[in-house]
This record gives sequence, structure tokens and C-alpha cells, in this order.
Amino acid sequence: MTSAHAAALDTAGDVEGRSLWQDAWRRLKRNRAALASMIILGVVAAVCLIGPYTLPWPYDAIDWDHVEAMPPNMELGHYLGTDSVGRDLLARTLVGGRVSLMVGVLATMVALFIGVTVGAVAGFVGGRVDQLLMRLVDLLYSVPLTFFVIILMVMFGRNFILMFLAIGAVEWLTMARIVRGQTLSLKSKEFIEAARASGGSTAGIILRHVVPNVLGVVIVYVTLTIPQVILLESFLSFLGLGVQEPFTSWGVLLNEGAAELEVNPQTLIVPAVFMTATLFCFNFLGDGLRDALDPKDR
Amino acid sequence: MWSYFARRLLIGIPTLLAVVLFCFFLMRLAPGGPFDGEAPVPPEVLANLRARYHLDDPLWRQFFSYLGNLLQGDFGPSFKYKDFTVTELIAQGLPVSIENGLSAIILAILIGLPLGITAALAQNSARDYAVSGLAMVGIVIPTFVTGQLLILAFGVWLKGTPFQLPAGGWNDGAFLNRILPVTVLALPFVAYIARISRASMIEALRTNFVRTARAKGLPYRTVVLRHAMKAALTPVITFLGPATAFLLTGSMVIETIFQIPGIGRYFVQGALNRDYTLVMGVTIVGAAFVIVANLIVDMLYAVLDPKVRYE
Repeated sequence: MTSAHAAALDTAGDVEGRSLWQDAWRRLKRNRAALASMIILGVVAAVCLIGPYTLPWPYDAIDWDHVEAMPPNMELGHYLGTDSVGRDLLARTLVGGRVSLMVGVLATMVALFIGVTVGAVAGFVGGRVDQLLMRLVDLLYSVPLTFFVIILMVMFGRNFILMFLAIGAVEWLTMARIVRGQTLSLKSKEFIEAARASGGSTAGIILRHVVPNVLGVVIVYVTLTIPQVILLESFLSFLGLGVQEPFTSWGVLLNEGAAELEVNPQTLIVPAVFMTATLFCFNFLGDGLRDALDPKDR
Repeated sequence: MWSYFARRLLIGIPTLLAVVLFCFFLMRLAPGGPFDGEAPVPPEVLANLRARYHLDDPLWRQFFSYLGNLLQGDFGPSFKYKDFTVTELIAQGLPVSIENGLSAIILAILIGLPLGITAALAQNSARDYAVSGLAMVGIVIPTFVTGQLLILAFGVWLKGTPFQLPAGGWNDGAFLNRILPVTVLALPFVAYIARISRASMIEALRTNFVRTARAKGLPYRTVVLRHAMKAALTPVITFLGPATAFLLTGSMVIETIFQIPGIGRYFVQGALNRDYTLVMGVTIVGAAFVIVANLIVDMLYAVLDPKVRYE
């Protein structure tokens, strides 16, 4: 009897507890659309990063024998044809994707940094600081910020670093609101009280205890911000205010492709397919992550 | 309630002032000045020019004179369109942009709201998935791509059929010339409004007051249209505030694609030509618009939602 009891206790000891992240991962795996999106995004990112090195034509080389846009040709190595000045369309799309994804990720990181800092400080410190920061967020919400991104690009030259800094500085508002809300609900939890009782500093508690606990919500929002940033970048590039030649991005390619849609539809279709597929995947993945991670729906 | 509105209005004014201040100092920080032409101006002439335009005054005085001019509706001369003042350009472009924007918003509400609500009423049905899928498409595909595709379809492929539409140009606002731009401008909003109204309707249908209304025997139709609808509408109205800001950026794209003489196109042209005064003017007018729109939305919201408190 006692030994049986002990054995039962033993096996009970073997059952591993599931952490929040393992739990979320299991839920995410059950969501087919999100899982497929994750795989596609991984493939797109890998192809954009590695692909250009393996292609026979560099993205900025002109194939003088095929200057007019040419339909796909396997023998010449133009797997998806060329654009109107004879540059390899696939190579350009992949390099453009690299730039678009990079702007998307970097700008979102900037937004993440500002948003989490502002949100966590406002929520945790509370009082005057909270009032001040949230009024600032309200104020910025009621201003057409895209205009300011464009003004900055115009005045200080269209360089890559400025672009993602400017976009990031515009996209942090919602992040700050979400993180503040989460922090407010965390603030009264026992483990925060314990940390404070054991003498942790405010900055230390925010970094060690608050930030890790809002990460779930933040990751959801990051996945939903990246496609917005990519869209904003493509919009700027489309207007001629973003990435400049000889560099390229999906927005630039869509702009070029749109101009000659009638004659060479492939110059629009190829980058459009890559870009919309990526945006779709980010959105599906974001929705899936929200279902998996958002404590509200549990 | 009125003091709440008054306070909201009072918050709007410093916001606009902050925008003006920011614009003004950005303009002063920008490299290059209005008199840096290709041929160098003789120093004496330059000195006279600078004195003429008060460029030697202290910065704060320049700011207040700019502000004073703004209050009188004077945005200064355009650097690029030398025969026009910025005020004239904005006065020309603004009505066109407002007409298109309003039409697009109304169209988006007329299409998006029924889509979202009917999807919510049949949650997880094929219809629901179709609406959600369409909404995702509307959000993900950029307007400059849909715009070009529609131009190709209605301007080129359908040429000679009764469905042919003008592929661009404004033609003094002829109805046919408006159809494509307004549709393209409305598409993302249809998607957003359908999405938001679907989510809020689903939430509203689960509330206790809806259950009570059902329990006391009201017909389903009445419950949905009178009780749930009101709760479902508030998030949609909240969205309309920020939507004006999206609308402004959207108008840049459609006015560029369809060659419409609105302020969005002036802004893009101004930005490409480094026409600082024009860019600033459009930004300030745009910001004023967004602020006023948010104010109106707040008021509507306060009227519609009894939960809003007025402290």
C-alpha cells in the first residue's frame, strides 16, 4: 500500500509542468493557418537572404541583350524574366524583399523599444508620469504622423537609417497603450509586491519582472506591426519618397511595375505576389499568436 | 457634458500649436535655403533679401510672425509654383480632397457595416469566413496596386464596352471620373469597418442586456437592430477618428495615380520638389482636419455611449 502510494507519488513527480510558452506553442501548432504562415515566412526570409547569391544575375546588372522586359527564360537564367531595362526580375524582387523585410523588422524594433519603455514606465510608475506620457500618446494619435515621416525624409535625405528610425518613431503609440494596460494589471500581483518587499529598485522591477511578463502580448503586436511597416515603406517608395535607386524594395518594384502594367504585367505581378504573401502570413501568424498567447481569451 | 466638450476643444488647440511649432523648426533645420539657386546671389542682394523676408530676426519673432500670418490664413508663398501662394493651392485642392474622402467614408460605411454585421450574425459560417477573408485582402493589398489593376481593367480591357471608365484625370469632378478613385480609396476602409463591426457585434450579442432583451420575448430582428447595434457601432465610430489620418495618406496615393488636383497630390509634389512652405501648409491643414475629426468622434461617442464619464 505504502509502496504503491510512493510509486504513484514518484510518477506524479515525473509529470512536467508546462510553462506559459510551451502552452502557447501547443496552441499555435494546432492552428494550421498560423503554422503554415510561419513556415512560408521562414522560406521567404531565407530565400531573400540567400537567394541573390545563388542566382546567375546580380540585381543591378543589365542584360544588354534583353533590355526590353522579357518573359521568363530558363536557359538565360532569368527565371522570372527581366524588367524594362533588362535587370533580372527575380534577383531584384529578392533583394527588394531583403530591404523591405529589414525595414519592417528594424522599424518595428524601434517601435518596440520606445513603446515598451513608455508603456511599462507609465503603467508601473503611475500618477503624474502616467498622465503625462498617456496625454502625449493621445496627442500624437491625433496628428497625421505619416506626413512627418515624409517631411523628415525630404529634409534630411532619403537614407535607409532615417527611414526605419522615422517609421519606428511613428508606430510605437499602440504598443505603448497595450503595454501600459498589461503593466497596470501586473502591478498589483503578488510577485511584484514580493520583489518590492525584497528591496528591488523601480527600474530593476520593470526590467526583470514587468517586461518579461508583457512579452506575450508584445510579440503578438510585433507580428502585426511588421506588415504595417512594410506597407508604409512600400507606400513611401511608391511615391518616390522612400528607398532610392540603385537600391530597391518591394515598394519601388511595385511602383516600376505599375507604370508598365499594360506592357509587362510580370514586373508588377512578381513583386506583388511576394509582398502580399508576406503580409498575409504576418497577419495570419499574428492572429494565431493572439489566440495562443492573449490571456484575455483563455 | 458641455464642459467636457469645451475641454476637449481646449486640448485640440495646443496640439495644433505643437504641430505648427514642430513644422516651423523643422523647416528652419532643413538644409538649403530659398535663395540657394544655381547662380550664386551677390552678398549685398542676399542681405537685402534676408532683410526683406525677416530672416535676420530672432527665431522666436519669426515664429510668431509665421503664426500671426497663419491665423490670417496666410501660409506664405510657394517656393515651386511661383505664381501661387500656398493658401491658393490649398484652397483649390482641399475641397476636392474633402469631397473624395467623405464619399469614400460613406461608401465604406454603407458596404463595410452590413458585411461585418451579417458576418457576426452567422459566426463561423462560410459567409463569415468569406467576409473575414475579403477584409484581410482589403487590408493587405496596397491601394496603389488595386488602383492600377482597376485602371487596367476599366480603362484598358473594358475600353469600348459600356463599363469603360476614365483611367485618370479629374475633368472638373465629373461623376464618371470619381468612381474609380473613390472606390480605391474606400477599399481599405470597407475592410477595416467590416472587421471592427464584426468583432464588436459578436461581443455585443454575448452581453447581458442582449440576453435580457431576448428573454423578455423581443423578436431577434429588433434585438439586433435596436439593442446590439448601438453597442456594436461605438468601436466603428471610434475608428472614424484615426481613419481621417489614413484617409489623408490614402489621398496622396489615389490623387497621384489618378491625377486628381487635391491636397494629397500637392503634398507629394511639394515633397518631391522640396517646396517646404507647401509641405508645411498641407501638413498643418491636414493636422487641423484630423484633430477636428477626432473631436467630432469624441462628441458622437459621448452622445452614443452612456458609459463615457465627463471628468
